[in-house]
Amino acid sequence: MIHIHVERKLMSADGVKILTIETRIPENQLICITGHSGAGKTTMLRMIAGLTRPDKGIIQIGETTVFDSFQKINLPPQKRNIGFMFQDYALFPNMTVEENIAFAQSREKDKDWINMLMETFGLKALRKQKPDKLSGGQKQRVALARALARKANILLLDEPLSAVDRKMRTELQDEILKTHQLFGSTILLVSHDEDEINKMASYIFPMDGEKSELKKV
Amino acid sequence: MKSDFINTLALTGELAVITTILLLIVGLPIAYGLSYSRRRIKAVFEALICMPLVLPPTVLGYYLLVAFSPQNAFGAFLEKYFDTRLAFTFEGIVIASIIAGLPFMIQPLQNGFTALPESYREAAYTLGKSKFETFYRVLLPNIKPSVITGIALTFAHSIGEFGIVLMVGGNIPGETRIASIAIYDQVQALNYKAANQYSGILFIISFALLTLIYSINKNFRLRMN
Repeated sequence: MIHIHVERKLMSADGVKILTIETRIPENQLICITGHSGAGKTTMLRMIAGLTRPDKGIIQIGETTVFDSFQKINLPPQKRNIGFMFQDYALFPNMTVEENIAFAQSREKDKDWINMLMETFGLKALRKQKPDKLSGGQKQRVALARALARKANILLLDEPLSAVDRKMRTELQDEILKTHQLFGSTILLVSHDEDEINKMASYIFPMDGEKSELKKV
Repeated sequence: MKSDFINTLALTGELAVITTILLLIVGLPIAYGLSYSRRRIKAVFEALICMPLVLPPTVLGYYLLVAFSPQNAFGAFLEKYFDTRLAFTFEGIVIASIIAGLPFMIQPLQNGFTALPESYREAAYTLGKSKFETFYRVLLPNIKPSVITGIALTFAHSIGEFGIVLMVGGNIPGETRIASIAIYDQVQALNYKAANQYSGILFIISFALLTLIYSINKNFRLRMN
């Protein structure tokens, strides 16, 4: 369960607005976050990850309070045990596919886990390639594998399928669904595509209205 | 004459190598701090670091000479507690050269850091890596061309240092007389042959270094595309 009740000032095209999010996200579900651009979808993921600080409020992941403005608690991203996949994938150009994935682990590398991830995402043949040699879809799979390599319970995917064509999109949706079934993690995914939401989501979290509420699909 | 010539060139090289190494060690954390700081005071530090680009070297040299003088607080402090004098010594011109070289090292490094997508740093943090590990395993390897540019520019600039070194170090053979000062000295003595030799060597080294920078950066750009 993720309990989030926060406020954050947002700069939008219409000026400054206050983003208020209050919801409880159940465990092991795939939640699609929707809303027009500037609604605060990315900000919501970033606040859960610890990359953006809410102005006030509280965020709890399971039993752990990761942010509490009243008690002045703000755990850094390193201590939140989440996997985050960025819109631009953020693969490190100096590392190979395998090194990018292994980088997510602590000093004691779990080689079996890394090999399993590469197998699952069809990356074995690309293990020695640098990211600049990969296609958009391949980069995406590496980013997904890397986000999972830390064995995080929560995966935050910021518009992961926005930059690929229809065919690749369907394939990657299947990858994400497979990830969800295999690893049982809670996935929060930002998406605009209605078909995608219908196909993947067990819950949706629309951020367009005054007050956002989690809806079961 | 010959040993004097070699000594001067060796001293020039020594000054440039020491300045470059120390500036790289000092410059990396400063450039990193400036790249990611959002404090307003950052502009003041950036302006201070770039002052050697616009200020006449004699002005900087004059202030340093005054500061190093044993008759003033800083110089007296060094002499009393460390038994060290910086005015008219090799150590003094190293410090002067470091200050004059600050923008040549820090600007390329800072440009390198700010050109990297913010998501690299954030991705490393969400993967559980500390700021230090992110710095040396993710950021530093990806700004290699900037590091090479900083090293080459600083080295080339230190080799050609003149005004500030002359002010702080004077013209003491084997201690503070570096090639650019020797050129001036030889021209004053109408010894154009020696001036020509020094000038030729400085020209070749500077040209080679700049060619190296451009070819490395071109290769890197090609690789990235």
